[in-house]
Order: sequence, then structure tokens, then C-alpha cells
Amino acid sequence: MVASRSESAAVEAVAPGLGIRRGRPSVYWRALRGLRRDPFAIAGLIVLAIALGAAVLGPYVSPYDPVDQDLAARLRPPFWQERGALAHPLGTDNLGRDILSRLIYGARVSATVGLTVITLGAVFGTAIGLCAGYFGGKIDNLIVGIVDIVLSFPGLLLALTVVAMLGPTITTVILALSMRGWVVYARVARGQALALSKFQFIEAAQSIGAPAPWVLARHLLPNLLPSIVTVAVLELARMVLAESSLSFLGLGVQPPGISWGLMLAEGRNYMLTAPWLVTLPGVAIALTVLSANIISSHVRRLVDPFQQGRGDGG
Amino acid sequence: MGAFIARRGLMAVLVLLGVVALVFVITRTFADPARLMLPIDAREEDYRQLRRQLHLDEPIPVQFGRFLSGVARGDLGDSFWQRLPVVDLVVQRLPATLSLALTSIVLAALISIPLGVAAAARPGSWLDRTIVSGSLVGVSVAEFWLGLLLIVFVAAGLGLLPTSGYGTPAHIILPAITLAARPIGRITQIVRSSMLDELARPHVTVARAKGLSERTVFYGHALKNAGIPIITLGGLEAAELLAGYTIVVETVFAWPGIGQLGVGALVNHDLPLIQAVVLFGATVVVGANLLVDVAYAYLDPRLRHASA
Repeated sequence: MVASRSESAAVEAVAPGLGIRRGRPSVYWRALRGLRRDPFAIAGLIVLAIALGAAVLGPYVSPYDPVDQDLAARLRPPFWQERGALAHPLGTDNLGRDILSRLIYGARVSATVGLTVITLGAVFGTAIGLCAGYFGGKIDNLIVGIVDIVLSFPGLLLALTVVAMLGPTITTVILALSMRGWVVYARVARGQALALSKFQFIEAAQSIGAPAPWVLARHLLPNLLPSIVTVAVLELARMVLAESSLSFLGLGVQPPGISWGLMLAEGRNYMLTAPWLVTLPGVAIALTVLSANIISSHVRRLVDPFQQGRGDGG
Repeated sequence: MGAFIARRGLMAVLVLLGVVALVFVITRTFADPARLMLPIDAREEDYRQLRRQLHLDEPIPVQFGRFLSGVARGDLGDSFWQRLPVVDLVVQRLPATLSLALTSIVLAALISIPLGVAAAARPGSWLDRTIVSGSLVGVSVAEFWLGLLLIVFVAAGLGLLPTSGYGTPAHIILPAITLAARPIGRITQIVRSSMLDELARPHVTVARAKGLSERTVFYGHALKNAGIPIITLGGLEAAELLAGYTIVVETVFAWPGIGQLGVGALVNHDLPLIQAVVLFGATVVVGANLLVDVAYAYLDPRLRHASA
């Protein structure tokens, strides 16, 4: 029931334009070249690169050990405020821990959770959706049914329930978010596979006796990959938000672990006297999520022929 | 039409059954709920007694059947955490969540429809770019962060509104704004894109040729016809808010709604209450989808005969 509407939209979206030919300048190349004319997307890429760099290089770039307490230097404000100092450029929390170092280590959790969940989800969901759309029939009905059930699970509750049962760790957070994370890819892949299978090049492949796995992998997959990449970038934004929400609610990363959402939860009790404890981690989350959303809409504009020439900004 | 509604209704019931089955599997096989509910040093006989009391010693299908017969009688069991029937607990929390969700969605509609129309009026202009960028910011902001910022800078900083709690109309303003941010972003985007589609149609040219004012053309002709996707999205957003997307905002503002109840149930591993909260949320989501499907079929007869 949920799938039917998006499906017709996906069919419409895929049918006309289509970079079906291979060996020509690909949509990815066009997306990269188009970047030059889109300053917002460049800014987004830079932000994501910084976040990823912080995540990978964490121990080498962070000025302090993020769990080191210095009670003499508690609740120091960032350097641009009165009483602030460059020794702790973004200030310290209620235990005297360096905020900048904690933000850098928090990026590791966001990147680990976000990238793992979208990878698992994209691989699993695309495979499932491709099979559903290509084979149709009973397999399709079964998969659409499962997708509808998972989608009807309200909001964060599915992830929260899984984490509450298994106990909050990074692994269970990843598992919990993946349980819903694959569904989007499955719907997109199914819709596109359904539309693409009506094209003659698929019929041609079938008529020369190409086995189904070959048709799926060589003919269908490359054509729906751009949509999957677009969805994956969008999902990265949603997963970073979801992880921080879980950690904020106390059903995600646990202390002494570090996550942006957890930093906000910990800073809450001091926010009236030390507002930077909630503003800074929130800025980190918002910039990361916004960048991913901007890049996703940039890519979508280039991939979806209906969106072209509309003068979309941002 | 009747057959269509019956078919979709049956599917909705099947989906709900599936959601409940999924909750059963997660809460009973991922971990032993009785162990989670008891203190670590609990005696073995207490453990066994709790399992009997919760019927956890029965096979899952039997428990599932017991739950379904309870649903038919309107009895979803008693909460272990609050020692009250879970149905009463959910019903008791309903007004708080309902008022918050409705206020937010009305607020979102009032803000986003004019913004979307204004953006579509001059695509590519600085106003359009600002609105489109703003809508992206709206969907990117973490609710708990926005909520805390409003508490720090508006409630505490300016001393205008209460920081948290429930009761007077003033209490609802900040949580409603927080919750409206995402729907505002999404609805603005859909209003803009459906208006752009509509403005390219001949009937708009005719309306303009008749010499109607731009205002009448936009709101009277284009927006009316662009309304279906907008109402669909608005309805689904409202359903999502009701179904439990309020969890985070309710926690931030100490709003005594179903979201907070759900978090409490999860933290206390209160199985009957978890099941009730999930069933409530899923019913809202599935019900809203069903309504949208039926409305679509009513408006577009071709859909009634499409395969289910």
C-alpha cells in the first residue's frame, strides 16, 4: 500500500531520460562537474570531508584525550567568549574534558554508524528490491508485505525496541538502525527494476539466454545505481540524526563512550550556565546532516531529468 | 469502490498483524525479557514466577494468540511498571500527544504553504533559493537540539515562555515549533514542486489570459489543483507525528504524551506497554495510509482496478 504510490513516481522518473548507455560520461562524472556551479554543494562536500577526516584521524588531530578530566578547568567557554582561552578552543564540559577533542571522537561514532548502516542497507536492500521488481509474482508480494510491515513500525520505536532488548552498544545501534535502513533501497530498487525490465535491452539479454543473475548484475544494477547512491547520501543524513537521537535518549552510545547526541544529553543539566555544551554538538550534527542533504539534492537534480532546468537553488 | 476498500482494509489488518508479530519476535527472542526486568541478584523462583505471570514460558505463537484475543476484547494486559491496564495508560496520554501533533501540523501548514507558493512564483530567484535552502535546514536540524536551543535562548534567555511542562497554552508553543521544523521543510518542498508542475499547465495560462490577478491565479487555480500531493504529505506527516515521532520532543520538554510513555516502557522493559504503544502507533500509520489510498481511489477511478 505504501509502495504503490512511490512506485508509480519511480517508474515515471526512470522511464524517459535514463543514462542507459555505458561508456559515455556517466552521471557521476556529470555530478562532479556540475559541482563547480553549485557553491552550496561544494561547501557540503568540504564539511563532510572535514567530518570524515576527523573521524579517521581522530587520535592524531585531537588536542587532548577526550576522556581526560581536568577538574581545575571545568566549564571553560570557547575562546571567542570572555574567560575563554585557546588552550581549550571550544571550551570544556562539566568534568573539564576538552570539547573539541570530544567532537572529533564523536565524529568517529557518527561516521562508523552512518557508513556501516548505509552500506549494509544499500547492499541488502538493493539486492532484495532488484529481485522483487525483476521476478515479480509471489517473491514480490512477500517482499512488498515485509516492507509495508517494517514501514508501519512507528518512528524510532523499532530501533529503540531493539536497543532496549539487546542493550545499548554501537553494534546494537547499527543492527537496530539497519533493521529499518534497508527498506528505502528495496523500494527504490524494486520500482526501477520494474520499470527497466520493460525496456528492450533487457528483453534482448533474456532472449539470447542470459541467466537472471547476469541480467540483474550487468544490465539492471548499473542503471539503478545512481538512484541508490542518491538515496544512500540522504540516508547517511538520516542515520547520523537517528544515532544522535538514540544516544540523546539514553538508548545509544553509553558513557564513557562519546557521541554528539550523548554530549547534548550530558550538557543538558548545565545548558543555562554553559550553553556551548549543547550548541556545539548540535552544530556538528546539523552541519553534517545539512551537508549530506545538500549533496543528495544536488545529485538528485542531475540524475532525475524531471528536476533539470528548474533553477533549484541550494 | 466497496471491493477496493475491503481489499485495502484487509491488507491493512494483515500489516498490523505483521507489526505485532515483529514486536513479539524482537522482545522475546533478542533477549530474555524476564531477566531484563528483574534485578541481577533476583532469586531463581522469582524469575520463574515472573515468566509464568508474563506467560513467557509458553511458545511464542501461543502468546501471540493470547495477545490477539486480548485485542479483540480491548484488553492488552497490565503494565508491570505502572501496575495499570496499558490501554488506560495510552488513552490517558493521548490528549497530550494529540494536541501537540495537531498544533504542529497546523503551524507547519500555515508557514509552509505560503513559502512554497512564494518560491514557486519565481523559480531561481534569491527568494526561491533562500526558501529552498531554508527547507533543507528545516529537515536537517536535530529536534532535540532545536528544542534545547529554544529553551536556553527563548524560554530561559528572554524569560517569555515556560521551559517545559504541560497545562497552559503557553506550554505548547515551544514544543510545537520544535516539532514543526521538519514538516515545514518537507511540505514547503512538495508545495513548491507541485506548484511548479501546475503553473506550467494550460489552464493557468488561460486564467492569466483572462486577466485574473496573480494572487487569484496562484491560490485559486494552481494551488487548488496542486492540492492532492500536498494534502497527502500533510496527512502522512500528521500521522507520523501522532504515531510516535514526538518521542524526542516530548522528552526534551517533559511533555506527558505517548512518546514519553514509550521511552519509559522501553527503559523498564515493560512488555505489555511496549506492545500497546507500538500497536497504537502502527494503527495510526496504517490507518492514515489506508485513508490516503481510499481518497486517491475516490479521486482517480483508474486506481481502483490496479493490482493491489
